Amino acid sequence: MIDKRIIIERLFSLVTSFFAMCVVVLTTFIIGLVLINGLDKLTWDFLTLPPTGTMDGGGILPIIEGTVMLVLLMSLISVPFGTAIALYLNEVSSKGAVYNYTMSSVRTLAAVPSIVYGLFGLAFFVNIMGGGLDFLFGYEERVFRERCLLWAAMTMGVLTLPINIIAVTEALKMVPQEQRHAGLCFGYTSWEVIKWIVFPQAKGGILTGLVLSVSRGAGEVAPILFVGVAYFIPNFSGELLDQFMYLGYHLYVLATQSPNVDETLPIQYSTTLVLLMLTFGFNSVGQYMRWKNRKKLQR
Amino acid sequence: MEVEKKALVTKALSITYPNGVEGCKKVSIAVARNEVTAIIGPSGCGKSTFLKSLNRLNDEFGCVYEGSILLADGTNVLALNQYELCLLRGERVGYVMQKPVPFSGKTIRQDVTMPLRGINVTDKDEVNEKLRHALTRAALWDEVKDRLDNLSTSLSGGQQQRLCVARAIINAPEILLLDEPCSSLDPKATQLLESMILDLALDHTVIIVTHNMQQAQRVAARTAFLYEGELVEYDMTENIFSKPSEKLTRDYIVGKFS
Repeated sequence: MIDKRIIIERLFSLVTSFFAMCVVVLTTFIIGLVLINGLDKLTWDFLTLPPTGTMDGGGILPIIEGTVMLVLLMSLISVPFGTAIALYLNEVSSKGAVYNYTMSSVRTLAAVPSIVYGLFGLAFFVNIMGGGLDFLFGYEERVFRERCLLWAAMTMGVLTLPINIIAVTEALKMVPQEQRHAGLCFGYTSWEVIKWIVFPQAKGGILTGLVLSVSRGAGEVAPILFVGVAYFIPNFSGELLDQFMYLGYHLYVLATQSPNVDETLPIQYSTTLVLLMLTFGFNSVGQYMRWKNRKKLQR
Repeated sequence: MEVEKKALVTKALSITYPNGVEGCKKVSIAVARNEVTAIIGPSGCGKSTFLKSLNRLNDEFGCVYEGSILLADGTNVLALNQYELCLLRGERVGYVMQKPVPFSGKTIRQDVTMPLRGINVTDKDEVNEKLRHALTRAALWDEVKDRLDNLSTSLSGGQQQRLCVARAIINAPEILLLDEPCSSLDPKATQLLESMILDLALDHTVIIVTHNMQQAQRVAARTAFLYEGELVEYDMTENIFSKPSEKLTRDYIVGKFS
């Protein structure tokens, strides 16, 4: 007679394997579909030319430029701030009521729907900050109080900030407390403990967390709808106060706003492929960093 | 008690934790130079709190001190500012924790020489000479001299603890504080560490906290017995174990409580 415990054990294994396989099959199906339909159109011209006509021809160069620029600017804002805040919370502040309140606020912010960040960006960055700057410089026309790359990057920076803080905090927590004590024992200051003991050990985790949070930000569309993304701009100016095109939004436009959606279908697949390559690229960099650091620590 | 003939003197040292618990109550003790002094007592009697207060590692827990801790040159440890305290810990009072703490990802060479970065010793020859000297004094040189670039975490538990001692003495501190350094070691590693402690006492003043009374007898010239934060008795080790003057000490030694 088969033991009941063995049956439950096998059932548990079977059910969890089934769900794991579902994820693998689904991911393979999606990537396969995008690859099969998107590779045809993915030519050099597609990557280096601007869109033409009603965006049913040409390439996606200004869209790639806008996306890369936004991600870079967003990282410049959120990575240093996120790292500094996490270092303060984990290494400097006393772990009292203020710490607990701040961490719970950060976790709550990480769970706020991204569209809310878009509305916040519109109200705070575009209207209050932009309006304030226009007033400060005495501009009668709207210069700063416009939807643009700068405000979009700042909005995305704020969106990824809590994710960054959590990622860096988790990486710092992985460093055992006694390693810090050992540093204090031989006369290191708190900063030297961070610089020479904590950071080298947490580096891999910190970089991985940051890259993953940036790649998550790169895939977001909702927040920038209100603060800077444009429907169609044939040439990306690179100016901070100009609007820009964005891969995620471009896909949405092609799929819903195009006069002939079926005609743009191959472009949609190729654009999706580029977006996937971009986010997978970020993820791969994160994985590589983690692997490299783990290898170094276990050498 | 004349400070200049002693390595360290505490005068009515009291340590209070932020929750109001008194870790030590008016402990006055004079530690002789170049000797091993053992601190014994039951769990929670304040041995480690007392030891950590000697280079103010208890600051981290927000402890409040009263009294004084005087070094041979008259320096009052309790009056030092943050910068002076770092120098004290780096150059004058070394500390070895209960469990060995090698640094992840560091080679043996990097690990032992970590304290030198804090005081800006960067000359390669000087660093190498200090490294060799510290590892020799910690009885580890012969075992690791051919693999200094291996990870320090690859060493055995006993070797890791001796590496931590080498790290603590690399700047040749006058005083070395050892907080139950053998508690996680096997008998063989303990024996090796004890003979190293005796050897270190030739040019360092060693204060060791231990639970193991046999160990105190083997290594210490003098022994202090603490109970509930108070110093009950402090005398030559031989006297403490053969003819203790206090009943409490006698009861502890014969195992009536632990």
